[in-house]
Amino acid sequence: MSGEPQVTDELAREHGLTASEYATVQKILGRVPTYTELGIFSVMWSEHCSYKSSRVHLKRLPSTGPQVVQGPGENAGAVDIGDGMCAVFKMESHNHPSFIEPFNGAATGVGGILRDVFTMGARPVALLNSLRFGTLSRPKNRYLLNRVVAGIAHYGNCMGVPTVGGEVYFNPTYNQNNLVNAMCVGIGRSDRLFLGQAKGVGNPVMYVGARTGRDGIHGATMASEEFGENDEKRPTVQVGDPFTEKLLLEACLELMAADHIEGIQDMGAAGLTSSSCEMASRAGTGVHLNLDLVPCRETGMTPYEMMLSESQERMLLVAKPGHEDRVREIFSKWDLEAAVIGKVTDDGMLRLTFRGETVAEIPAQELAEQAPRYERPMQVPGYLEAVQALDVDGLPAPGDLNAVLEALLASPTIASKEWIFEQYDHMVRTDTVVRPGSDAAVLRIKGTDRYLALSVDCNSRYCMLNPYTGAAIAVAESARNVVASGARPLGITDCLNFGNPERPEIMWQFAMAIEGIADASKALDAPVVSGNVSLYNETLGMGIYPTPTIGMVGLIENGRQPVTIGFKDDGDLVIVVGRNQEDLGGSEYLAVWHNREQGVPPQLDLGMARRVNDAILRLMDTGCVKSCHDTAEGGLAVALAECAMAGGIGAQLGLATHTRLRADALLFGESQSRFVLTVAPANRDVMEETLRECGVPFEAIGWVRGDRLQIGIDRRLSVDAALSRLASIYRNALKDQLEGRTA
Amino acid sequence: MTIGVVVFPGSNCDHDVYHVIKHVCGEDARFLWHKDRELSGIDGLVLPGGFSYGDYLRCGAIARVSPIMAEVRRFAEQGRPVLGICNGFQVLVEAGILPGALVHNRDQHFICRPMHLRVASAASPYTQGYAKGQVVNFPIAHADGNYQALPDTIQELEDNDRVAFRYARPDGTVDDAANPNGSIHNIAGILNAGRNVLGLMPHPERAAEPELGCTDGRALFMGMISNLVEHSA
Repeated sequence: MSGEPQVTDELAREHGLTASEYATVQKILGRVPTYTELGIFSVMWSEHCSYKSSRVHLKRLPSTGPQVVQGPGENAGAVDIGDGMCAVFKMESHNHPSFIEPFNGAATGVGGILRDVFTMGARPVALLNSLRFGTLSRPKNRYLLNRVVAGIAHYGNCMGVPTVGGEVYFNPTYNQNNLVNAMCVGIGRSDRLFLGQAKGVGNPVMYVGARTGRDGIHGATMASEEFGENDEKRPTVQVGDPFTEKLLLEACLELMAADHIEGIQDMGAAGLTSSSCEMASRAGTGVHLNLDLVPCRETGMTPYEMMLSESQERMLLVAKPGHEDRVREIFSKWDLEAAVIGKVTDDGMLRLTFRGETVAEIPAQELAEQAPRYERPMQVPGYLEAVQALDVDGLPAPGDLNAVLEALLASPTIASKEWIFEQYDHMVRTDTVVRPGSDAAVLRIKGTDRYLALSVDCNSRYCMLNPYTGAAIAVAESARNVVASGARPLGITDCLNFGNPERPEIMWQFAMAIEGIADASKALDAPVVSGNVSLYNETLGMGIYPTPTIGMVGLIENGRQPVTIGFKDDGDLVIVVGRNQEDLGGSEYLAVWHNREQGVPPQLDLGMARRVNDAILRLMDTGCVKSCHDTAEGGLAVALAECAMAGGIGAQLGLATHTRLRADALLFGESQSRFVLTVAPANRDVMEETLRECGVPFEAIGWVRGDRLQIGIDRRLSVDAALSRLASIYRNALKDQLEGRTA
Repeated sequence: MTIGVVVFPGSNCDHDVYHVIKHVCGEDARFLWHKDRELSGIDGLVLPGGFSYGDYLRCGAIARVSPIMAEVRRFAEQGRPVLGICNGFQVLVEAGILPGALVHNRDQHFICRPMHLRVASAASPYTQGYAKGQVVNFPIAHADGNYQALPDTIQELEDNDRVAFRYARPDGTVDDAANPNGSIHNIAGILNAGRNVLGLMPHPERAAEPELGCTDGRALFMGMISNLVEHSA
């Protein structure tokens, strides 16, 4: 096109294409690309859109199973939840934008993941998130947390989709790279899922939703680079408009209730470019767009800008022939625009015209699917040996175990997140049966006797110490969380946050984490149906701890009732299921009390993990489980304190070291595959018989009683604290630290 | 009998209110689009919660000029029941159907949590199922629920028993510690002079089923419905 820059090797390099990638572009086209084409290739082949470093590893993840309705490759995955319904879900990162501009970065992260779900024809019913920040003693991190939470609240609350759960971790590793991973779960009909496919040659391609502006151009490319020292990145972050998205949601669902469209895809990263070429590529068709017809917010926008804009709240759809007017009518009811901007063709080309000129002509399949794939070199990181070495016997035994428990409850990673989740509307839609703060959020499925249990998890310290075990534990932990609520794990979505993949150590971490997820996912029968990879989470060469966040969807069914963590009644028997081992490595206790992030993560026996999960569900089927909680950060002592605080009733408990465990390891070690549950004393026999039949270790450790948490070890009272004191520490710690007061 | 649920662009508790009327109370419910001008066959109205027009401007400031609002005003003036919940309350206040204003919560945050309320007046269709002084629990979920009005208006509300609910402690004490948002006199909900219009910030529809942990809100809808049944009988 006249007036556009001449494409040179230099310009291609500035667009982030390597010399060999640029050569491939020229080979595909058989010529030098136009400026618009160069822009299109650069975003589609960015790490963010092409998964060029990760794809060879991702295929190792198990993604099939009888419950899988839609596996990876579409806008979101889906699993069967009975009665012809499915849960449609996905998790995605918005890390880079949320560091640059936390409010809008986080808000548009929520907006994007919502669109991924409702574009499939499912109504979003729940949002979750995984947030990670540096230490709260730094004012910048307090600012980031405040604004990220406000941004998530702004978008989710306005949409009327409850934010029901999540996790928040604090570690210096995130000082320069906070993580914002957002997950959305929707409910749809399995036979009415809509796919991102441009089917039917000659069918009209329609643009719906907000107009296109100059915002977010090269957002995907920005997310595929490290941050430098004085980078000015603000203009690449978009501004979210949840009101328009709410209208878009209602209009799309109204449209999908009737038979008007062949396919639909949201314009997320790389906007009009990725939606058009991916839809064509999946259907084996081509798409011809007339860019003069694209609704623009600003005058004088060039084809390059239109194709690369990441303006929010837009969708591309392929209508059935003759249904254009009906589509326009529905969108007009919701005060939204719908414009025919092109048609489906049979030549496999993404062809763009503007003012009578052809400005781009690219084979869609090659653009979407032939992106370079790298088997990047891998190397065991040099730091591993040093951090894994932990001399447990050399650790001084703390004199006052009460003080340790209090310090752990005040650790912001463990402390109550009430200050955060009360800013989210977590009750709208009136399905939230178990509110945030339990193991999993539980939502009823109206019109059925079933419930969804949802959880998001990852302990990235474990992953730093051993990415394989750490990632497997993330899966196991999320499974335990839904099991503790009474749900069977159905499937997972993963959000893989890592550093720079061009460094062999990072690539090794990535590959090992994938192995860990794959093995755990197989063992626990929870296939990976969707996911997202976020690389280049580095600043000035310092990568984050590997953080493969796992989002789990479970189903409570067969008349089973949701179980909560809180102790219920005076006199109930407290049981620990699972085995206490000396797993101090990577523990929160070691970090908080001894100031060490060292050792190897807790041992994980996946066979045992599965057996314990199955045993818990079987025990729940007898109806005798009154409360249930899994143990995680802070170990048994923190888990017991959480049960007591949630129930507002104390406990008298006794543990034994059997002379093989240290007292601190018994209380605060983070051994896997353990649950704390309670039953009425009358049901002791049923409980013991059931667990024995299941072949899992268990131990009755005492009774729910009084207003203190008392834990004896080998008949010596080691922890003895008023519940009111523990609860005050636990509930106020995060708020105090956020307001600049140290705990 | 049919209760109309008004849907503005951005309403998001419309389905929740519909569900409670239809499936919990067993009455007929119908969605009304904000551009509708026809309320025939409608016996009572609910303006639900949400973010009408995104609430980018003052909450409810745009919704109040939606076409349906002229009909809502006429309906209210005829003494027929109009219930505004959360954003619906904000719209009624902006429309001048109820007095006062709802401004930012005093700590500037959105707050979502279960909330104890003291029934300040049982003398209305909506509150007849409660005893005056009774403590109920309805969740709140708002960023702009801080009720303010001129002293004369407050005096008039207080003198005429038009405060329906106040934020309270679990034991019914009404004090500043129990006030989540800074509302004057801990006001959570008010009635119009005819007592047929109630606006409240808390969400009774979120506390109407045992599964959700609280059923206190059901009596509010049942009161509205039984009053209509009496009138039509």
